[in-house]
Amino acid sequence: MSAASNSTSVAMRGPSRGSTMATTLIAAVLLLIAVAAPFVLYPVFLMKVLCFALFACAFNLLIGFAGLLSFGHAAFFGGAAYVTAHVVKEWGWAPEFGLLAATVVAAGLGLVFGLIAIRRQGIYFAMITLALSQMVFFLALQLPFTHGEDGIQGVPRGTLFGLFDLSQPLTMYYTVLAIFVAGFALIWRTVHSPFGQVLKAIRENEPRAVSLGYRTDRYKLVAFVLSASLAGLAGGTKALVFQLASLTDVTWQMSGEVVLMTLLGGMGTLFGPVVGAGLVVTLESYLASTSLPVPVVIGCIFVVCVLVFRRGIVGELLARLPRRGH
Amino acid sequence: MFSLLGVPPQVLFGQLLLGLINGSFYALLSLGLAVIFGMLNVINFAHGALYMVGAFVAWLLLTYAGVGYWGALVVAPVVVGLLGIVLEKTMLSRLYKLDHLYGLLLTFGLALILEGAFRHQYGVSGQPYPIPAALQGGQNLGFMFLPNYRAWVVVASLTVCFGTWFAIERTKLGAYLRAATENPTLVQAFGINVPVMVSLTYGFGVALAGLAGVLAAPIYQVSPLMGTNLIIIVFAVVVIGGMGSILGAIITGLGLGLLEGLTKVFYPEASNIVVFVVMAIVLLIKPAGLFGRER
Amino acid sequence: MRTLLLAGTALLTLAGTVVPASAQVSDNVIRIGVLNDRSGIYADLAGEGSAVAARMAAEEFGNKVAGAAVEIVVADHQNKADIAASKAREWVDTGGVDAIADVPNSAAALAVQGITKEKKRIFLMSGPGATALSGAQCSPYGFQWTYDNYAMAAGTGRALYEQGKKKWFFVTADYAFGQSLEEETTKMVKSLGGTIVGSVRHPLGTADFSSFLLQAQGSGADVIGLANAGGDTVNAVKQAAEFGITQSGQSLAGLLMFISDVNALGLQSAQGLMLTTGFYWDMDDQTRDWSKKFEAKVGKKPTMVQAGVYSAVKHYLKAVEAAKTDDADKVAAKMRELPVEDMFAKKGKIAANGRMFHDMYLAQVKTPAESKGAWDYYKIVKTIPADTAFMDPKQSGCALVK
Repeated sequence: MSAASNSTSVAMRGPSRGSTMATTLIAAVLLLIAVAAPFVLYPVFLMKVLCFALFACAFNLLIGFAGLLSFGHAAFFGGAAYVTAHVVKEWGWAPEFGLLAATVVAAGLGLVFGLIAIRRQGIYFAMITLALSQMVFFLALQLPFTHGEDGIQGVPRGTLFGLFDLSQPLTMYYTVLAIFVAGFALIWRTVHSPFGQVLKAIRENEPRAVSLGYRTDRYKLVAFVLSASLAGLAGGTKALVFQLASLTDVTWQMSGEVVLMTLLGGMGTLFGPVVGAGLVVTLESYLASTSLPVPVVIGCIFVVCVLVFRRGIVGELLARLPRRGH
Repeated sequence: MFSLLGVPPQVLFGQLLLGLINGSFYALLSLGLAVIFGMLNVINFAHGALYMVGAFVAWLLLTYAGVGYWGALVVAPVVVGLLGIVLEKTMLSRLYKLDHLYGLLLTFGLALILEGAFRHQYGVSGQPYPIPAALQGGQNLGFMFLPNYRAWVVVASLTVCFGTWFAIERTKLGAYLRAATENPTLVQAFGINVPVMVSLTYGFGVALAGLAGVLAAPIYQVSPLMGTNLIIIVFAVVVIGGMGSILGAIITGLGLGLLEGLTKVFYPEASNIVVFVVMAIVLLIKPAGLFGRER
Repeated sequence: MRTLLLAGTALLTLAGTVVPASAQVSDNVIRIGVLNDRSGIYADLAGEGSAVAARMAAEEFGNKVAGAAVEIVVADHQNKADIAASKAREWVDTGGVDAIADVPNSAAALAVQGITKEKKRIFLMSGPGATALSGAQCSPYGFQWTYDNYAMAAGTGRALYEQGKKKWFFVTADYAFGQSLEEETTKMVKSLGGTIVGSVRHPLGTADFSSFLLQAQGSGADVIGLANAGGDTVNAVKQAAEFGITQSGQSLAGLLMFISDVNALGLQSAQGLMLTTGFYWDMDDQTRDWSKKFEAKVGKKPTMVQAGVYSAVKHYLKAVEAAKTDDADKVAAKMRELPVEDMFAKKGKIAANGRMFHDMYLAQVKTPAESKGAWDYYKIVKTIPADTAFMDPKQSGCALVK
């Protein structure tokens, strides 16, 4: 088994070295931009983009690298937001523990979802995750601690590690940026690890991966839990940024939104979801002051993406770049 | 007077009957989904939106053309079916060679557009639609008051459901259809125009949703949001029933309607999640669903 | 000395004329942001109509107060609290907005309340009903104008009790909002000596109410209280008519209903329904006049939320005019000082917790035979005087009330 995984990763490593260099370079430039951005753009807006970008990256780990379309990721995102908001506001936990709690709860939820859903593939998987997340929605609506449609409001941001006062917009921003970078790096590592290669093998041809001796269900489950935890981390961070947790984030429309972000940016590309999240969030905030009906515009983008633009923005760019190394 | 778990039998019978009525809606909608899935391998996310369009067509006919309920019962499904055929021809048909997930994503986008457009045009409070004169009033059954219209809904949808089942499982046309599902190339070679058949199947499937919409119009408010929540329950129904069989969709739809009815008596708070709980349990025991074939 | 004094006075007068009064208004514009749901479930009761109402209020001042131009800006919060919060922050931080109006959806409103409190901006709430907005979450700059859940629930409870309807059954949406409506009504009915014969909780977004209605029908209650809102209430009322509940002598009471809901239902289904409202277009010449102008622009009669936006914005502008500044503390003080007097509220006054006290009305929906035409929907059965319509500020839990 280890021999097999080694040979795949070695085989993959050769031609991809040049592109890895390029990706590193792009990442460095993007990071610089992100560090400078709050001096030009509105920090709350940027933080929102980063939260959704992390959420979309976590989602992309499943769809892009394991070929599993989850239509229930809002349950982890929104559920975790409630957890952070509750432990920070009601129990007075420090923000770092609030985020940790969010991640742990999302991981647990992901384990439950995963155990039920990974038994089926493709469309069934999508529908099962959708139905399960709808269950979480009704729980969130009815459990007393979520305060129904009022949501949990006025969540204090607190001081991170007892050192950094998060009520300062810039401190909060750099914290969110750090969380995003850490999450993104984890996804990067995962994708480029032997584990990630096995996931890709499962995506391309599951029976073949099984015949090679991989217990594919276990790999998929781990990927699912990882994706859920990162989505939870994103949700918890969002709760701290906006100082609230509300029902919006657990609705199935939110699950659809993250699918759109990933699709628009480019499934299976590392930066695609980040670009997609940025675009969708910008669009939503822009459309808020116009008279265009938001769902119609979002729906049209969806349809156009699926029909003519399936690789997404980053995917199209990568496809058009001159091939290197061959 | 005896009682079951503290609930008088009258109430219980009443609730079971109401559950059956809801179940017949589930059956009609999940049947359409099952037919489409069987033939196209597409999960039609726009099913709920097309159900809503069906109800709106009935309302538009009444308001602007003076066509009443009985006319709408024929016209609205045809309109929705034609809309479906157009959508299939122009968009869905481009995706058959790809992963089936793209079909799901496309129809999700279509659902957003349809719902958003109706919401923009007609607002969200919805529009009233009267019960047709011939079906007003109701019967006192002793244990409950049964509005005539509800009785009609059960009869109409069960007739359509079993008619469809018969047409697909027991007629020559149905045999072609099933054959084309198994092996489209071979059936094409036999001189049957498979692409047209696929379009017609999609049209028929969504026409069933349109019909359900017309049946629902006098009971529920004709509102752009009427399909949004229903569709997810119907998805769960379809997952529980398994995608393999038409009969499975019908029986599961009715069964879950009854189960939901019972939940509303014994533990009403859970009536919206009971379907999902059942789904989780069924999947743990039988991943292919109750009537499904293991792939 | 005398010349000096004269010269000083002259100089002051000169200064007064040369420097416009708007010197006290930041950036010389009074910007009011109407933030509400323009495409979702609250679009009909607030939406564009609220923006039109705000503009109508500004026009009455010639779009100018205290020498500064009045500008109305609009945004759609899409019923998402985070969008509402970021839009409000953006408006305040970079858009020069002095006041935010409407904001239906209590999660969004609570978020905006937090921001306006922190940033010292006036918040004119017409859309949201959560009592916390003038209770535990109250703000010196937040004014809850049109209605609140307490007024709707307790008001209906008391008024129906006085009509001799003493036994209640609740059909309640099973989440915080529905439960609080049920609780407030229960407290009121019980304190008067009435009884609650039962209640049933349904999940939000229920399409089929028949089984709940059947339980209500069998309970022998005088009144079936619908402690839910929007689509749930509409479906419940429609199906109650189908099952012949009102014909059998039971009354239906919508604990949170708007005229847009009644319009959507049609009189055939809604007839006989009892509800509390803060405004009805057909009450006197003033309301009819204003509503006619409104209808000419929007195509519908105003809901109480839209009329409330008009009244709140007008009162705010009046206060700015009187205070000659847009400084939130001074304007808020002026708003509390001045009586609210317009077509929406007669002799309204604002309590310390930000609650605007005005008369509410118990209305019954007309039968199709009684209605003389479009939008002729309500019979006003009873005026609920301001002091009993709303919660006593001392009990609201607001820290501003001493």
